[in-house]
Amino acid sequence: MSAIMEVSGLNAWFGAAQAVKEINLSFEKNTVTAIIGPSGCGKSTFIRCLNRLHEEVPDARAIGRVLLEGDDIYGRGVDPVAIRRKIGMVFQKPNPFPSLSVFDNVAVGLRLGGLRRASILKEAVERSLTLSALWDEVKDKLNAPGTSLSGGQQQRLCIARALAVEPSILLMDEPTSALDPISTAKIEELVTELKKAVTIVMVTHNMQQAARISDKTAFFLLGDMVEYGETSRIFTAPKDSRTERYITGRFG
Amino acid sequence: MPGVVRAKNRPVREIHYGDRVFAGILKIPAAGLALLLLSIAYFLYRAASPVIVKHGWAFLTSSTWDPVRDVYGALPVIYGTVVSSFIAIVIATPLSVGVALFLTEIAPRRTGRVFGFLVEMLAAIPSVVYGLWGIFVLAPWLRTSVEPFFKTWLGFLPFFSGPPYGVGMLAAGIILAVMITPTISSIAREVFSAIPLQQREAALGIGATRWEMMRLAVLQSSRRGLTGAVILGLGRALGETMAVTMIIGNRHEVSLSLFAPGSTMASIIANEYAEATTDTHVAALVEVGLVLFAVTFVINSIARLFLSRSGNR
Ligand SMILES: Nc1ncnc2c1ncn2[C@@H]1O[C@H](COP(=O)(O)OP(=O)(O)O)[C@@H](O)[C@H]1O
Ligand SMILES: [Mg+2]
Repeated sequence: MSAIMEVSGLNAWFGAAQAVKEINLSFEKNTVTAIIGPSGCGKSTFIRCLNRLHEEVPDARAIGRVLLEGDDIYGRGVDPVAIRRKIGMVFQKPNPFPSLSVFDNVAVGLRLGGLRRASILKEAVERSLTLSALWDEVKDKLNAPGTSLSGGQQQRLCIARALAVEPSILLMDEPTSALDPISTAKIEELVTELKKAVTIVMVTHNMQQAARISDKTAFFLLGDMVEYGETSRIFTAPKDSRTERYITGRFG
Repeated sequence: MPGVVRAKNRPVREIHYGDRVFAGILKIPAAGLALLLLSIAYFLYRAASPVIVKHGWAFLTSSTWDPVRDVYGALPVIYGTVVSSFIAIVIATPLSVGVALFLTEIAPRRTGRVFGFLVEMLAAIPSVVYGLWGIFVLAPWLRTSVEPFFKTWLGFLPFFSGPPYGVGMLAAGIILAVMITPTISSIAREVFSAIPLQQREAALGIGATRWEMMRLAVLQSSRRGLTGAVILGLGRALGETMAVTMIIGNRHEVSLSLFAPGSTMASIIANEYAEATTDTHVAALVEVGLVLFAVTFVINSIARLFLSRSGNR
């Protein structure tokens, strides 16, 4: 198995408060890794360190090594903007750009990268929307504002936006927590489909979801990674008593 | 209909009687203000009517303003108002948007607060102080440096021809720009800070630079709000009196050159009202006031319309 991303000794702070402590973890190609844990345990902070978004928060900082296909994204002279172009991110609340059409929302990443050719853009937009299982629903309203879609469609639009630049890894921070059950099921199905193309790291507060769609699971508590392993093993035979208490629902 | 049935069974109205009385009381000042607005318009119309009757629409389109012969044409002051305000908007818009972007998106929080306070202070400086600054600092600088520079390089354009007086339309436009920048930038700041953090993160998340993030997440979704801010600034510029009167040169003439002296609706009233001896002269000045009142009323209404809708787009 080849790891596409390897995290070692990752620590993150908000001001003086440490939110993520000494995380060592690697993500294998074409797998889904679920990050679970009670709210406030540092899940979001952790995955926001993986594309260097964390440091955009005032007074926030992170140290450690995160190798993306062998290169340290925290290395000297590495431009965080360039890193973020290579890594896709989907947020908790669907956040398409309200001033942009469906088409432009998907094309925006490519355009930032300097791509201007209409034919290439069209092709890439169609491919990304197909990948995110949205093409059939929006192919007749590519010029409508992105925010005119339903919540679930907006989230798939955001997935298409992230996929358009063909990232090797897709970070998702509770992508279904703002959605209804049907939209949630669609996205879960989509994630299982997408892992053929990209490696996915997904934060979720929903343990059934983690059990359903992930290959590996990492359990976080108070900024520490308590346990990591095959999802089936974590949910059937956790080694740490804290993991067990959390997955059986006996935890705050 | 269930509503009707309930109304029969229970005297719903009486329960909210207190609310109704209270709402009724609150309507009095609101209605009073509307009435005041109407009565100002009516007063202006009445007082101006001798000239309105005598000149009709020609008042707006002719250029002669001769109190001695009792001939009044307001075109030069309307032109002066439009041009000086236009210069102000052209300068103040990018300046204000830049200031607002800097304060909300770039400056560290503490710097932002201090700098923001200073910008707001610009709005607190009395108009007459701006006028003094204009006369003693701005006008000489324009006369000796800026205007000769434009004349050398762009002198073939009618806007930059003629002798550089310093005092004149350009000076008035610049003073107005400084005066309306706090207005526009503080509204722009509010518009920008109402944009949710998630949108900025969406932009950063796909690898936007800071500038690209501002363009994508901030500027593009604030077009409506910014338009409202600019129109509100325009409304202020149109009516500004003291500083403009001190710096515009007060000549009743339409001149394409921005270096030339001119006058505005507000400045001619301020300038001539005290020495207006005949009834028609006063009436003519009041009619200028009526036009100014109508224009600023319309401009402000449009601005409110844009701003009130800026939330849902
Ligand atoms: N913007 C912020 N500023 C300061 N502290 C924060 C901020 N965001 C999160 N935190 C703190 O960092 C810790 C981890 O938060 P987070 O990563 O959002 O947790 P999770 O996603 O697991 O719910 C929490 O204690 C939270 O209060
Ligand atoms: Mg979170």
